[in-house]
Amino acid sequence: MSAAAAGWLQFGVLVAALAVVHRPLGDHMAQVFTTPRHWRVERLVHRTVGVDADTEQRWPTYLRSVLAFSLVGVLLLYALQRVQQWLPLDNGRAAVEPGSAWNTAVSFVTNTNWQGYSGESTMGHLVQMAGLAVQNFLSAAVGIAVAIAVIRGFARTKTDRLGNFWVDLTRAVTRLLLPLSVVGALVMVLGGVVQNLGSGTGASTLAGATQFVPGGPVASQEAIKELGTNGGGFYNANAAHPFEGPTAWVSLFQVFLLLLIPLALPRTFGRMVGDRRQGWAILGVMAGLASASIGLVTWFEARAGGTATQLAGAAMEGKEVRFGEPLSALYAAATTLTSTGSVNSMHDSYTALGGGTVLANMMLGEVAPGGVGSGLYGMLVLAVVAVFVAGLMVGRTPEYLGKRLGRREMTLASLYILTTPALVLIGAAVAMALPAGRDSLLNTGPHGLSEALYAFASAGNNNGSAFAGLSANTPFYNTALGLAMVIGRYLPIVLVLALAGRLAAQGRTAVTAGTFPTHRPLFVGLLSAVVLVVVGLTYFPALSLGPLAEGL
Amino acid sequence: MSAPLLLSGRQLGAAVRALLIATVVLGVAYPLLITGAAQLIAPGRADGSLVEVDGQVAGSSLIGQAFTDADGAPLPQYFQPRPSASGYDGAASGGSNLGPNSAELADLIVQRRAEVAQFNGVDPADVPADAVTASASGLDPHISPEYAEIQIDRVAAARDLPASEMAALVAEYSSGRDAGFIGAPHVNVVELNLALDRLSRAR
Repeated sequence: MSAAAAGWLQFGVLVAALAVVHRPLGDHMAQVFTTPRHWRVERLVHRTVGVDADTEQRWPTYLRSVLAFSLVGVLLLYALQRVQQWLPLDNGRAAVEPGSAWNTAVSFVTNTNWQGYSGESTMGHLVQMAGLAVQNFLSAAVGIAVAIAVIRGFARTKTDRLGNFWVDLTRAVTRLLLPLSVVGALVMVLGGVVQNLGSGTGASTLAGATQFVPGGPVASQEAIKELGTNGGGFYNANAAHPFEGPTAWVSLFQVFLLLLIPLALPRTFGRMVGDRRQGWAILGVMAGLASASIGLVTWFEARAGGTATQLAGAAMEGKEVRFGEPLSALYAAATTLTSTGSVNSMHDSYTALGGGTVLANMMLGEVAPGGVGSGLYGMLVLAVVAVFVAGLMVGRTPEYLGKRLGRREMTLASLYILTTPALVLIGAAVAMALPAGRDSLLNTGPHGLSEALYAFASAGNNNGSAFAGLSANTPFYNTALGLAMVIGRYLPIVLVLALAGRLAAQGRTAVTAGTFPTHRPLFVGLLSAVVLVVVGLTYFPALSLGPLAEGL
Repeated sequence: MSAPLLLSGRQLGAAVRALLIATVVLGVAYPLLITGAAQLIAPGRADGSLVEVDGQVAGSSLIGQAFTDADGAPLPQYFQPRPSASGYDGAASGGSNLGPNSAELADLIVQRRAEVAQFNGVDPADVPADAVTASASGLDPHISPEYAEIQIDRVAAARDLPASEMAALVAEYSSGRDAGFIGAPHVNVVELNLALDRLSRAR
């Protein structure tokens, strides 16, 4: 079979697998977050946490619960890293430096998983397991909880209640993330991903040298890292490391896992708002944009543009032989279309336009399909904007799902879509203006700008992948990217929960002949266009100076 | 409406308790459960697919090794792996991260192509891309079938073994795409070289 045919078949099988599971999984999630029944173990958790599980919260209370939980999460993760040398399973690792510890704590709690450190030489097993992997679960659960609260805003009428954060959080873990992670981890173990508590083995190689073979509880972390669209690797090379991505099929399985929940959530949305066609429309936009992007990255890598790449004959710098180009390109696109950021190849060495497409994926705001939860609520905000644009064209008050979108609603939506572009562009501009920002670049010229732009796009959108030539473990980048991650995660959550609160309080206007239908292909096209135009107008100048200048 | 961003002590208390429960269940019980299950269903793989020579751990079949002498010169009796940004240091995985138009990378590729062609006595045009580019992990245990192919005569000569026997061995340690369509064809250099040593010792 030719490489191209195998690449297409790979993509086709992935799409088929996702198509099969998205309906039962989406329905399952709708049931999880609407049933009044608690499991016995959940009741025990609620009692211990000290919350009344049957009382729902207003949006400000829901928000404060999210923020309190995240704040405490950052503090514990920071503390764990700072005292790891006194904890068990430290494998002789020293305390993590304060700047790096802050950056990493924020990074994992915000579902970004940007890594300024190198896993195998920085973190002991306990910090990986009880610190980083725990936040892999929890940051994903928080994202799902917020998305569900936002769906309730659209689904409910004349209420000031959006659900109970602690209940949503618990159920996201007990009924979704934990069971799926157990299955995912065991499948990966069968594929060769390591899972042990050893500190590594000393080997005497065939050529008579010595080599360190690392150990670690990798599979358990790898499963939730993909499933929760987190992306932080146990080892520095992330899923390109043979112990994280031992075979091609394991790598494809990881792509499946990281797309699984984000692509099932539109179904959940359709079920919860009582009109499955609305979910299909959102899924259609996500799938269309994602497929186009995967196609582009694959094509650009196959063309192998660039002087060095042409000399090699193929874009294999920073790629593994067992994966080959098509699977590497598929992984790179999927990881940046979601907020995952794990990699099975090194994006910095991608062709200018291939790497530029991957960068543009994050700039889309990670809505196609985006991170677990955050992708859906991001896309719903863009749907609100799309309906508003359509309303302007025909001179009607815009409505989405029978909710009127007035001045206050549009203000919140507009601020939402401005937040990350502001962080990315201002952040990258500051980095290029300061010597501390420029000194960290590995490559020069337009590719150097791409490295800084990529870093802030990754942090602001909570992705976490990198053009890893950038030396990011410096006071400037640890601080600036840490701030970009915090603001990029929580400001949108504040705005979108406020929006959900306003929507839930409204009644529902009747569908009339003048209502713009939001389940038809016309809306799918309009929403796709809005996503692309918003991104295009915002980022085109920066992209022209970076990847486009290098690649054209 | 109360100020939405003001956190109360009650909420922080609930957050602390929820986090502690999560840390015990998700951070300790879950990884231990998976470790136990992994050691049960696939102990060798869970421990890193280690390979042994005379009862001594000689590495992992998944982790590439350097087959060079003390000065870093490639040993002709072994199939050579890809270039590695980390020199196959198992404690420092990673790629070069050099960009597609990097002059440094271009120079490296030209130099590697000349060296590989000379070392194996082949035309520089026959040197495949994976032989002149560094992998993502720095620990890639595989090479392309094309790169294995151009090394057969050189290894056969160094070991004084017939090239046909060498080609059969390469075929044995070659894999196609997973399930016929996932990933790319590859040859495991660590396993191949292990088998070579066994063969030579048996003679």
